[in-house]
Amino acid sequence: MTEVSGNGAQPASDPGHHGAFARWFNRRGWADLTIATPYVWLVIFFLVPFLIVVAMSVATRTPTSPPFSFGGEHPLINTATYDRLFSDSLYIRAFLTSIRNAAFATLLCLLIGYPMALGLTRVSKSWRNILLMLVILPFWTSFLLRVYAWMGLMGNNSWFNKLLTAGYNMMMPEEWAIRSIQMMNTNFAVVLVTVYSYLPFMILPLYANLEKLDLTLNEAAEDLGSRPFRVFLDVTLPLSVPGIIAGGLLVFIPASGELIIPGLVGNPSQPMIGRVIQDEFASARDWPMASAVAVGLLLLLVVPMMLYSHFEAKAHEKRAMEP
Amino acid sequence: MKGETAEMLAAASSGTPEAAPGQARPFIRIEGVTKRFGTFTAVSSVTLDIRKGEIFALLGGSGCGKTTLLRMLAGFETPTEGRIFIDGQDMTGVPAYERPVHMMFQSYALFPHMTVEKNIAYGLKHEKMTEAQRKDRVREMLDLVQLTQFSHRKPHQISGGQRQRVALARALARQPKLLLLDEPLAALDKKLREHTQFELMDIQHKTGTTFIVVTHDQEEAMILSNRIAVMDKGEVRQVGSPTEIYEYPNSKFVAGFIGSITFFDGKVASVSGDQAMVDVPDLGTTVTARAIAGIAPGQPITLALRPEKIAISRTRPDGVNAFEGTVDDLGYFGKDSLYKVKLASGKVLSVLSVNARRAGENERVADWEDRVWLGFDPGAAILLAQ
Repeated sequence: MTEVSGNGAQPASDPGHHGAFARWFNRRGWADLTIATPYVWLVIFFLVPFLIVVAMSVATRTPTSPPFSFGGEHPLINTATYDRLFSDSLYIRAFLTSIRNAAFATLLCLLIGYPMALGLTRVSKSWRNILLMLVILPFWTSFLLRVYAWMGLMGNNSWFNKLLTAGYNMMMPEEWAIRSIQMMNTNFAVVLVTVYSYLPFMILPLYANLEKLDLTLNEAAEDLGSRPFRVFLDVTLPLSVPGIIAGGLLVFIPASGELIIPGLVGNPSQPMIGRVIQDEFASARDWPMASAVAVGLLLLLVVPMMLYSHFEAKAHEKRAMEP
Repeated sequence: MKGETAEMLAAASSGTPEAAPGQARPFIRIEGVTKRFGTFTAVSSVTLDIRKGEIFALLGGSGCGKTTLLRMLAGFETPTEGRIFIDGQDMTGVPAYERPVHMMFQSYALFPHMTVEKNIAYGLKHEKMTEAQRKDRVREMLDLVQLTQFSHRKPHQISGGQRQRVALARALARQPKLLLLDEPLAALDKKLREHTQFELMDIQHKTGTTFIVVTHDQEEAMILSNRIAVMDKGEVRQVGSPTEIYEYPNSKFVAGFIGSITFFDGKVASVSGDQAMVDVPDLGTTVTARAIAGIAPGQPITLALRPEKIAISRTRPDGVNAFEGTVDDLGYFGKDSLYKVKLASGKVLSVLSVNARRAGENERVADWEDRVWLGFDPGAAILLAQ
């Protein structure tokens, strides 16, 4: 009691230099600090590096170290890299391959992950914890190791491939018989391994969303005459849209920039965008071009997201304004 | 009044009042229904008949099985034993979505992503009707619950009382044979609750739907319903009109659950006609009370007195039953006063006295530590076999 009043009296008796700061800090210092921390983090670890990359993308490539420069005989802002980005079919095709593979992988993750997440919410508590652990369990092994395991499975001479080939040959007419199924070095392999690797990122946000849903809503819909599947379409599905979007973004964004999976199991003649960035940086030592591709990828991913949240907010506002 | 109470007494003592002749056939029949969850018995061989168009209340504390019984009527739980008939049709094996029964959930369970209008229209898409008919019905329901101007709002944009009315309209839109209401007023504040009670009764009259209301609130049950089933530990303890339940409880449990009451242990001294003399040691006297069937002198019996049935005065009252006590505590509520009177035996008896006369300043019927006389009419005391 006495301690509190002593502390309170101190800044009052000393209204000079640090009195104002102390008063501000006492009032809302912790709240402001808590809010500021993530912003500071974002500025240091996202905004500043991103601005460096943007700056690099408008620099000019030079044979120096580092291999780019501004000013001097070169223009301060050199848009040549962007001209190439939008005209060279290599980059456009790489973007398209990335988006297509990531979109397929996201869709498959959703189709596989949704029933799993829904199932998780409908089992008993003890089972739920075991199953949730099983979803996360693959993370305990190295990611690289898991991709290598798939390479072993998909190779033309693997037992897995032989099994699938035998199955195919058995079902198909003889003239269509094949020696093996080409799985390695295809976009199919990229999608397959991406789905396998990113599935937990779909399941977990979906589970978090579905778990919060009020089951009495399902009962209400059933009570009003809807069969179970109709209840799912009318109640569960629309209310889980935020979870679908969260899971979809968590899979789609890293999948479209994925480097290791297409590098190990993908088609080398159809590189994905991560591979292109890597090649420009390391092999071609064209840092401005690599930066421009990276900026392009970011815009491709961020702009639709921003548009979505903009329209969502607007729709929400409109709904609130209605009489 | 006298004749009416006598008739009720006859009905109560003759056993099941719904078996009395000249009454409508049961619309809902719950026949020996038992529900067990593992080793726990939630509902234990309940048999009830509910008439068409009545408001029937299932009243009981939490865990008495009333909600489980309601969920079995809705089709969300299957009875372990017994059968449920609705309008003569056996509901065994009929899923919730095919029953002519709709429910108003305690939390209302409105679909948060749909407007008020869409919520009300939800059940109608399973009806064979044209788009115009559907629209008409929704408009009619919106009208019934006076929410027409809110039809395009989402549930989170309207008040609690309005949400309750949307839930009611949604459940009534398909014209169910039976409407189940789970604690319909529990989520409303006191003032709104009183208003809504009468609104519910009004809507029930207009639509003629049979209502089954689950509630833990005895006042809610008394005001809303035509008949009440008092439940305890999965069993129905008494079924009757609010008056029967209140004035003629058949057990200590029912008497104690509804309203406040004071119990005294006594012994039957003599029985003559419909009057019984009962020795009550805690009252320090022998009192006269209306006899119940099957009592004999020497039999131990419980005498129960409700606070409002006892008269308090400074002088000895004229009636047959009079005894003295000291005011231990009192509460003045304006319209009435509650006295806690300590008897010679040490037992404290609650007495509620209406302040019919406008008292002068600093004037009371009795004050703290005052000696007072208490008395009651022989018909006012409740005798309960032990």
